[in-house]
Amino acid sequence: MNYTLRVWRQDGPAAEGRLVDYEVDGITPDMSFLEALDLLNERLVLDGEEPVAFDHDCREGICGMCGLMIDGVAHGPQRATTTCQLHMRSFDPAHPVVVEPWRAHPFPVVRDLVVDRSALDRIVEAGGYISAPTGSAPEAHAVPVPKPDADEAFESAACIGCGACVAACPNGSASLFTAAKVTHLGLLPQGQPERTSRARDMAQAQDDLGFGGCTQTGECTAVCPKGIPLETISRMNRDVLGGLLRSR
Amino acid sequence: MALKSVPARPPESRTTVGRLWSSTVGKKAVMAVSGAVLLLYVVAHMVGNLKAFAGQESIDGYSAFLREFGQPILPHGGLLWIVRTALLVAVAAHMTAAIQLARRARRARPAGYERRPKVQGSYAARTMRWGGVIIALFVVYHLLDLTAGVLNPHGVQGEVHSNIVADFQRWYVVLAYTVAVVALGFHLRHGIYSGLRSLGVASAARAKAVKATALGVSVAITAGFLSVPFAVLFGIVR
Repeated sequence: MNYTLRVWRQDGPAAEGRLVDYEVDGITPDMSFLEALDLLNERLVLDGEEPVAFDHDCREGICGMCGLMIDGVAHGPQRATTTCQLHMRSFDPAHPVVVEPWRAHPFPVVRDLVVDRSALDRIVEAGGYISAPTGSAPEAHAVPVPKPDADEAFESAACIGCGACVAACPNGSASLFTAAKVTHLGLLPQGQPERTSRARDMAQAQDDLGFGGCTQTGECTAVCPKGIPLETISRMNRDVLGGLLRSR
Repeated sequence: MALKSVPARPPESRTTVGRLWSSTVGKKAVMAVSGAVLLLYVVAHMVGNLKAFAGQESIDGYSAFLREFGQPILPHGGLLWIVRTALLVAVAAHMTAAIQLARRARRARPAGYERRPKVQGSYAARTMRWGGVIIALFVVYHLLDLTAGVLNPHGVQGEVHSNIVADFQRWYVVLAYTVAVVALGFHLRHGIYSGLRSLGVASAARAKAVKATALGVSVAITAGFLSVPFAVLFGIVR
């Protein structure tokens, strides 16, 4: 099949970018979206042109490296799916497919479709851990964790940090990401001592890095490849307010 | 270019309010609480309006009661001025936080997307900011119309029934009120839903209840406010 890929090309962080149309034939319905980009890049290299730069790693939907704005939707039209797990059968060859990088002030474009998402690491560094050295893994029955808490913590721990929530949010907020990190630690016994200070510090880092605030539009959860629920943000807000209401 | 570290920021405020105000999560909590104050007033106002259906003496008497409330401890109209002061503080906090957060959101995405289909959030969520502007402009008109009486064809203080009957016999006034009240309904629909989340009370177990409450309250308030103008327009209240 023949597709028109309308791809954002940008030579560097400071360079002016533009959308460029590429006709790519030989795409099969079973190809993943990244394989279609691979095919495009093979042609570009053979023609002596610069290939399109894009992030990817495991191509199994678990590493969080890939992430593209496809026709204005983070990770494309299929819900709860990363870009690498999206197949070309999801697209109609009659219409050009617009491919853009994540857009947010804290995610500067490095080149073409690659953005620097290290701002998310800065948020984790601000408190996304447990300070107490706990040694090797404890006996699993030593600390009982209620099943609903374990399930909810695991649901949040499934966050792969791809940044789709930021890309989709009309406010450029990282709240769903931060909330997932806050929740998966805050629901477990080991995370209790630092629960509110962790939430406060991570939310503060998010503010300082220039992310927007949350207005509960729910865009983030709609595009999250791991389906992290919006209520996670409500839980984070509770912990952040708890942290803000008492002095350090 | 790469964000190597979190940028430096001014030292933390020592007051609770200062700490809340310096955080986006705290600012949303301020918006939620000030919004709740405004919501309580809106509910009381809507219920008071329904006295129009009980006849001229009922609503005019209610108006006089509100002005004479608490005398002689409070001066004439004292209660109203206390309420007005509280509302003014709430409106100022609500609007200032909203404007600051909207500006922060704009800075967070300096370059937009070339293709961006309609966002998946509700219509109410997408129209919060402009809806708020419409409501604010309406409140100015409404105060000039039915509080000060300047824009009212009858315009006599205390004669509430005659003022509203004179007002809502004109279809364009009813239309203006309808637009504003519907905007208020949408604003409350997302405002209640979002405010409860901003305060952290919307757990997964309560998510459905939060959504239903937001819808129920906003529909009830919209219907209650629209009932009086339309009742006058169709001659039910005269």
